[in-house]
Amino acid sequence: MARRNYNFLRALSLALFLLPGLTSPAQESHIGNLTGRADPGKRLYHRYCIGCHGENGDGRGENAPHVDPKPRDFTTGTFKCRSTPSGTIPLDSDLYNTIGRGIYSTAMPPWGPLTRQQRADLVAYVKSFSSRFREEKPGSPLEIPQEPATSRESVDRGRELYQATIKCALCHGKEGRGDGPSAATLTDNKGLPIAPYDFTTSTHFKCGESDEDLYRVLMTGLDGTPMPSFSNSLKPEQAWDMIHFVRTLHTESHWSIRKLRARKDTEVDGFNALK
Amino acid sequence: MVISAALVTTSQPARAIPAFARKYNLPCSACHEAWPKLNNFGQVFRDNGYQLGSGKDSPIWQNPSYWPITFRITPQWHRESSSNQKVDSIPGDATSPPTEKTLTSHGFDLSGVDIWTAGTLYKNISFSVLPSSDSSGSFHFENAWVRFDDLLGSRWANLKFGKFELDNMISEKRFLFLSANGGVYQLYHFLPAREAAFLSSGANPLNPGFGLGDNQLGVELAGHSSNSYTRYSLALLSSNDGNISVPNSSYDGFATVSQAFEVGGLGLQRVGAYAYFGQRPTTFGTAGGTPIAGVGSNNKSFYRAGLNADFYAGPVDFSLFYLHGWENAFLGTGMPGNAPLPAGARAPTWNGGFVETHYTLNPKLIFVQRNEFVRMSRQALSSDPSDLGNLDAYSFGARWYPIMFSRAGLAWHSEYAIVKSAKTSQVFGRDVWSSSVFFGLDFDF
Repeated sequence: MARRNYNFLRALSLALFLLPGLTSPAQESHIGNLTGRADPGKRLYHRYCIGCHGENGDGRGENAPHVDPKPRDFTTGTFKCRSTPSGTIPLDSDLYNTIGRGIYSTAMPPWGPLTRQQRADLVAYVKSFSSRFREEKPGSPLEIPQEPATSRESVDRGRELYQATIKCALCHGKEGRGDGPSAATLTDNKGLPIAPYDFTTSTHFKCGESDEDLYRVLMTGLDGTPMPSFSNSLKPEQAWDMIHFVRTLHTESHWSIRKLRARKDTEVDGFNALK
Repeated sequence: MVISAALVTTSQPARAIPAFARKYNLPCSACHEAWPKLNNFGQVFRDNGYQLGSGKDSPIWQNPSYWPITFRITPQWHRESSSNQKVDSIPGDATSPPTEKTLTSHGFDLSGVDIWTAGTLYKNISFSVLPSSDSSGSFHFENAWVRFDDLLGSRWANLKFGKFELDNMISEKRFLFLSANGGVYQLYHFLPAREAAFLSSGANPLNPGFGLGDNQLGVELAGHSSNSYTRYSLALLSSNDGNISVPNSSYDGFATVSQAFEVGGLGLQRVGAYAYFGQRPTTFGTAGGTPIAGVGSNNKSFYRAGLNADFYAGPVDFSLFYLHGWENAFLGTGMPGNAPLPAGARAPTWNGGFVETHYTLNPKLIFVQRNEFVRMSRQALSSDPSDLGNLDAYSFGARWYPIMFSRAGLAWHSEYAIVKSAKTSQVFGRDVWSSSVFFGLDFDF
């Protein structure tokens, strides 16, 4: 009996020794020279986020029934806006940028007015909802090559890819209005209906506004939605062709489009501002 | 004077818009440090013309059942006490010599009601209309304006037109005090004792005085950085302290600028400066003995200028405010501008400041405290006591928010405030002490 107690205490000591090592990565975030911590992040979460994402981070806050699309369920560790390959967890900076930028056309506003430290603390707390952040490492971030100049040939090649080769038109529609033949059948990873993006209505996109942001979405996909990653089926130059074509679908003025295409995260106080 | 100020302040509207919370499905705490005090996220939302920038700001996204109107009212119990108040020495006998005594009253009561609608008319065109009543139900327009946001695509150019709050960095409309004595920043409304007495006599109906905390009529050009860390405002205002139908045909100017910066885990710090330059008529034309509205003349000038700051240290923040005031000698003495000044008359000046502390234990419980003082540096008449009208004010309170959803808000508000006004009692020139005890249910929907 005494021996058993001794073993129990030894196991408990080992567990207590290992526990901080197992849990601390998820309790902190590291964005540039910022270190976010979950404790202050929890207080901020209760102030700003709990209404939609819920106390347990499961996307079941009091406002969830009134919000479309539904708030993200953090417990799955699945995030739309990543620089990491599809199926992997995002970098801390991906979450940081998403918080600061918001997700356009959804109920998630840009939280850029929060201080950098507050956003880093929120990242740490959001990570604590999913065991994936303790068990997995983020994938290698996508390298984004230099964008070639837009040309008529590039747009034509992009149109061909959009309409026939990659068949984006199946969901997004021939004219990019989000009304393709498959549009009505799409669901997200919760089985809820989800609409493909209408490229004609806005130059804003869910994960950013610049051409680089579009490239990232195209090559890493939007996890949790039917939008896949095309990193295995598109060469970088083809991805740029696609983006050049998609930009022609906008109905906004050329002046505003030029401005947004060149926009960097530094202008929305994103992670790049810290480098 | 103190009692009349108290009556005014019980109807002092404070600002929070659950209609926005309902529209965006955000809790009050998203925009308010503690409702109605804005945090920086709420400040950015306001600066952006009530737009979050999430793509769902336009009215076309609103659910047809969305009700863009907010009601706010505060049922309350309060106790008011003022020392050295003028009374008849024989009650009921107006011919008896006046004397002074302490007057105290208490009981259940109501505040005025705000019925506020605000939002966007179209992308980058915002508006606000706030009919507000005093506790007797008499309504006035506390504000009514339209704002054209992001002119020429720049957030540095936003034009507001109508009646609006001056862009005071420390807002009196969104602060956390409600009692009769604590529910105003004394400095925002302070006038030298002789001028205050003259204006309250009603001798010049075209001079409504001035309050930095009063909403004004005019046009404002304002701008801000994307996160509102840098902000400015320039305003051209009618010289009527926001009073409708008193055009006065002259104008005031207001300018303010502030800059915020992050200090690690302490939070966001902000410093700013402001200046208001104005003028008021000292004479007016009459028809049949009645003043003709807007025909004031012999305008005389005044100004207020100072610095303000908001420093955060985690859950505690300190709002600091400094003001220097100056009034033309004619305004300070209440003399018409076309008459000779009395002997010893001069332009009164004063300095003042306050420190307001907030301890936000959590989004549902906040403790507040404020120390405020005003010191006359030059009296309007050299024969007046040097400390005539000096003010010392102290307020303490707590607000608990048992309900703070994205649909409505309810706060239990408790507060104690006391103000000392030096040598201003009407009969014997004694110090006047006024205090308030306040408990109320402050709610909006």
